[in-house]
Amino acid sequence: MLRLIATRFALGILTLLAVSVLIFICTQILPGDVASAVLGQQATPESLRVFRAELGLDKPAYLRYLAWLLGVLHGDFGKSLTNDRVIIEELAPRFVNTLFLAGYAAVIAVPLAVGLGILSAIREGRLTDRLANILTLIAISVPEFFVAYILIIIFAIQLGWFPSLATVDSDMGLGTRLYTAFLPALTLTMVVMAHMLRMTRNSVLSIMSTPYIEMAFLKGLTRSRVVAFHALPNALGPIVSVVALNLAYLVVGVVVVENVFVYPGVGQYMVDAVAKRDVPVIQACGLVFAAVFVTLNTVADILAMLANPRLRRRR
Amino acid sequence: MTLLGHRAPFTAQIGMTIVALFLFTALFGPWFAPYGESQSIGDTWQTPSGQMWLGADQIGRDMLTRLIYGARTTIGIAAATTIVSAFIGITFGFTAAVLGGWVDTVLSRLVDVILSIPPLILALIVLGVFGSSIPVLVLTIAVVDSPKVFRLARALGMNIVVLDFVEVARMRGEGLWWVIRSEVLPNAVAPLISEFGLRFCFNFLFVAALSFLGVGVQPPYADWGGMVRENASAINFGLLAPLYPACAIAALTVGVNLVVDWLLSIDARPSGAQAEM
Repeated sequence: MLRLIATRFALGILTLLAVSVLIFICTQILPGDVASAVLGQQATPESLRVFRAELGLDKPAYLRYLAWLLGVLHGDFGKSLTNDRVIIEELAPRFVNTLFLAGYAAVIAVPLAVGLGILSAIREGRLTDRLANILTLIAISVPEFFVAYILIIIFAIQLGWFPSLATVDSDMGLGTRLYTAFLPALTLTMVVMAHMLRMTRNSVLSIMSTPYIEMAFLKGLTRSRVVAFHALPNALGPIVSVVALNLAYLVVGVVVVENVFVYPGVGQYMVDAVAKRDVPVIQACGLVFAAVFVTLNTVADILAMLANPRLRRRR
Repeated sequence: MTLLGHRAPFTAQIGMTIVALFLFTALFGPWFAPYGESQSIGDTWQTPSGQMWLGADQIGRDMLTRLIYGARTTIGIAAATTIVSAFIGITFGFTAAVLGGWVDTVLSRLVDVILSIPPLILALIVLGVFGSSIPVLVLTIAVVDSPKVFRLARALGMNIVVLDFVEVARMRGEGLWWVIRSEVLPNAVAPLISEFGLRFCFNFLFVAALSFLGVGVQPPYADWGGMVRENASAINFGLLAPLYPACAIAALTVGVNLVVDWLLSIDARPSGAQAEM
């Protein structure tokens, strides 16, 4: 058991390494190189040479990768090309903000989605279930920014309850922070809840078609009792991994939502860097997002193993 | 409306109507658009009127005209992306399935790595490095999206390559390409078509999201995601301008989803049992 978890953990780390290589390759296969891209019109052979040496571009690729990786492990992501600031100093507070927003959304979304998913599995085919089905289909189909703007129109413009810009800063107390970030968190909740609800419902329903459930029904138990005591314990594994997978999805959804609400998180930082083509910042943000994503996926797998003994057997 | 003897349910008919309407607009829009694509004829965010049914955008261009031209850009890019992605994914997926061995292992591991980076993040990285132009955009999204097609194609292919007729073709000494095209592909078309619809939705939302973030389609091209971004500040004055393009995006995705749901349900039915369904 412990060994399986350790194996999965090691696999996660290996994936992370492979991801870092991929990100590095992506940012290094420029036609020309970063130096000529940044200097543009003002590039003279001399300034190009100096700038390349400064960025370490005169060394072979694998050495640059190792240097970069070693730096990253020490929390050194290098300097931004556009404003020469140290990346980690900008990244760290933004990362905290992003985690805060994602966590906020998760705290609202997870109990709601799992609860409603189970409820709609209990009431399969009836009005509640069909309503939930249609609503989730719509929520999955519409882009995040659409949900965001609808919420802004209702809660910020019409009712005036919440601010439409979620510009939090570090001086804010927790209460103000929660209040300011409410609309982005609600948007994320709506987006991620639909997936979670549908998947929870389906994993409960797929267990409902097994023989032992039929047996429970034949004993004359009520549907809600069968779902709660017979189906749910077995559906728990899939549900836990569904939740973790959707939290991973949340991390990506954050990028768009942060940009709608001008929330100072990693997503906004990354998009700004992409617009300015600030490669070191893009690398750093990309790696941070990928790391969170890989971590959550690994956790999802491990939790699923813990919740479902059948997965513990070696394949 | 029937397909292969299956009658389309009401929801699928709505879906098909929506999709047909949007396709028509994308193909022939410029012929019936009331104004020119970048023609400024009103005031900033002018309210809807008889001349401008949906009002004007941030620099006084007719919203409806922009939407009609935007259909071409947004749907066109999403469709091109999906085709390229399907081509890459299916080719490599079937190759992995047919050849097996180390080819399969290498391709599958590569795909695992690509899939362990969130697609939006990977696309942002590539676009940040190469800059955003329409060909780069199409290729980037296609490459980011193709691993998902690869997984499906490989799984489908795996089930087909063990069948006798593939073995016979191999014995005859047919080449890889021939086996893929004539033996594997015809037997995997149905699930691949519904996957195509789903991937289209995903890519369509993806293009819209990238353009919304300002790193997708660049002005002066009208494009729905970009239009939402350009008009976003109108929302603070209680105006609905950014919602029109967002609605267009949502409507098309819902439409395609309705059709795909129906296609998937056909696919799941045993082919002999059509009569009573």
